[in-house]
Amino acid sequence: MKKTVFLGALTVAGLAAGASAAATLDDVKARGKLNCGVTTGLVGFAAPDANGHWDGFDVGVCRAVAAAVLGDAEAVEFVPTTGKTRFTALASGEIDVLARNTTWTLSRDVDLKFTFVGVNYYDGQGFMVPKGLGVSSAKELDGATVCIQTGTTTELNLADFFRANNMSYEPVPIETNAEAQQQYLAGACDVYTTDASGLAATRASFEAPADHILLPEIISKEPLGPLVRHGDNEWGDIVRWSLNALISAEELGVTSANIGEMAAAAGDNPEINRILGTEGNLGEMLGLDAGWAKAAIMAGGNYGELFEKNIGENTPIGLSRGLNAQWKDGGLIYSPPFR
Amino acid sequence: MTTTTDPHPESFRLSMLIYDSRYRSMTIQIVALIGFLLLIGWLISNTAQNLITLGKEPSFGFMTEPAGYDINQRLLDYNSQDSHLRAALIGLLNTLLVAVMGCIAATIIGVVVGVLRLSNNWIVSRLMAVYVEGFRNVPVLLWIVFGMAILIETLPPPKAFRGENPEASMLLGDSVALTNRGFYVPEPLFSRGLGDVHLLGNSSLRFDVSLDLIAVGAVFLASILISGLIGRRANAIQNATGDRPTVWFWRLGVVVLPTVLVLWILGFYLGYPELKGFNFKGGTYMRNSLIALWAALSLYTAAFIAEIVRAGILAVSKGQTEAANALGLRPRRTMSLVILPQALRVIIPPLISNYLNLTKNSSLAIAVGYMDITGTLGGITLNQTGRELETLLMLMLVYLIISLTISGVMNWYNESVKLKER
Ligand SMILES: N[C@@H](CCC(=O)N[C@@H](CS)C(=O)NCC(=O)O)C(=O)O
Repeated sequence: MKKTVFLGALTVAGLAAGASAAATLDDVKARGKLNCGVTTGLVGFAAPDANGHWDGFDVGVCRAVAAAVLGDAEAVEFVPTTGKTRFTALASGEIDVLARNTTWTLSRDVDLKFTFVGVNYYDGQGFMVPKGLGVSSAKELDGATVCIQTGTTTELNLADFFRANNMSYEPVPIETNAEAQQQYLAGACDVYTTDASGLAATRASFEAPADHILLPEIISKEPLGPLVRHGDNEWGDIVRWSLNALISAEELGVTSANIGEMAAAAGDNPEINRILGTEGNLGEMLGLDAGWAKAAIMAGGNYGELFEKNIGENTPIGLSRGLNAQWKDGGLIYSPPFR
Repeated sequence: MTTTTDPHPESFRLSMLIYDSRYRSMTIQIVALIGFLLLIGWLISNTAQNLITLGKEPSFGFMTEPAGYDINQRLLDYNSQDSHLRAALIGLLNTLLVAVMGCIAATIIGVVVGVLRLSNNWIVSRLMAVYVEGFRNVPVLLWIVFGMAILIETLPPPKAFRGENPEASMLLGDSVALTNRGFYVPEPLFSRGLGDVHLLGNSSLRFDVSLDLIAVGAVFLASILISGLIGRRANAIQNATGDRPTVWFWRLGVVVLPTVLVLWILGFYLGYPELKGFNFKGGTYMRNSLIALWAALSLYTAAFIAEIVRAGILAVSKGQTEAANALGLRPRRTMSLVILPQALRVIIPPLISNYLNLTKNSSLAIAVGYMDITGTLGGITLNQTGRELETLLMLMLVYLIISLTISGVMNWYNESVKLKER
């Protein structure tokens, strides 16, 4: 007895000594898999298909990072998180990266201690109502019952919006998009509110999408992007530049179709050469191999390809590029230079 | 000779701590305690260290900052500019509400089912057995979610009540509306009410006390007391003379008349729910989340209570029933006067733990979006402020206090009904 307790205390002391965390990059490499936090299912952004293979715009970011770090876009463990569980999952180290329609806000950055590495979708909060409700503006929603996902910026914006407009409402807090959809369709709430992109994606999965409209008001700014924990800047850099690689690739015309040819030998555009590793040592600076960006882009295509394939105008979700066009085309999507 | 001499006082040696059975168990306990404390100490210091490394020193300052979110069911006034502390208080009251309602309903259903399960009627006792096994053997979370799904999918939305030829209509003379958002029932109102007193000013713990409610309650309590006195006098007369005077109409009158009078003075009337805009307005609104949670918790816990009641009754020896029968008591009186009072002694201790279970299970509320304290303090507040450790510690403390209070009260009650051994 005495001995076992003593041994126990020893192990405990040993554990305490070994508790200082290793770098995330080493962890991921040792594990051979990237743990990526995504939604519990929002078609277009992150949802498993019939074979359990995850697909979507946010999933694309996860796969690009996995490809850059591990050289394999499939080496991702997707961890479904709700609005409520996502931050705990990231802070506790259960996931390495969170890519879940998450809004970049000051308090999440400063108080919750997360580093947003960029924005992959500029969004805003909207309202969806059934056409039959006869409502054409969010200002007419006084007294309505509103479905919201808890643990989101949505519920805070909503409270502000109704207070500022001197209206009352009845919030119905819900944990996942699927439950919200069920309650909304059964008429247990009049309105569903969340990021406009999420509304479009949700509506696209309805049997009769045309019976529902999005109200014209967009009541907030919701820059959505991937985030990592504070405290490991090297890892933050890797995720940030993987995303930037996808964005720059679109800007420079590097697509999944021509990348093989472009990466075979250095071409006449020095920036493309640097991205694709045929010139300079950017990969080495990040602690990755020279082909990191090539692998990231080949994982699912460049930013524009990801957009068109998952949520673009030719998909059921049918989002136009709008704010999310490249800066050269009048949008906000802009990558710092690869130099 | 040797038996008469005092044992020679042995000098104490260190090895005796291990080899002497008088000391050994003590040694083991102390070592285990030290080990346990070390472990706890390590856990605490490690957590604190890790939090500081993360840049999140434990602090409770966030509780006084504005919560920023709205809560649908609130027993006290609240808006999104109130503090996290007040949001937690609102949640706590919601927890207590569903726990109290649940304990009452579970006890009533449990006792009835437990007694009926012993019925000689084969169908009744089988049906009760099916109920008990059905509820006991399925996780309560599933019952909660199932109950909610039934409410949402089977009842009509408020808009079905609208129009010339509505698909759905209100019940009981247009006074009750059952919708898939919840039930609207008439609410008591006073046209000449005394108003409210506001206590604790503007603080996070402020609350209003309704003077009307206090007046009605006080009068009602006083009447009950007086009615009790009348009953006691009747008992005394019966004991002295063997004849019991008929007093039930006195007692009824004393209970009913003053209360009715006060209600009339205050101008009591019922406010009916009415469809206005998106929802019904007026009346008392019981949200479907509350109903689903309440029903599931009560029915689930009642299944356990029924078994406890059945065991308690079976624990009273058959001789008691036979003796009561021999005295000419009818079965119903035998049950209420002879069996149940004795069975209570067996029933109450496990009943306490079922009340505790019900209260703790109410923390599953968020599954249906019921804003209990787990939903406010341990849910949205935790999430918006990122203070996992602090909020969870507070949450655990709150549940601990609730549970200890329940068991304290129930233990006290148990003392009072326990067999007085003379
Ligand atoms: N951008 C907001 C809201 C994020 C959010 O909850 N989005 C919803 C709808 S766009 C979602 O992703 N739901 C998926 C799920 O339920 O798992 C935030 O970061 O707080």
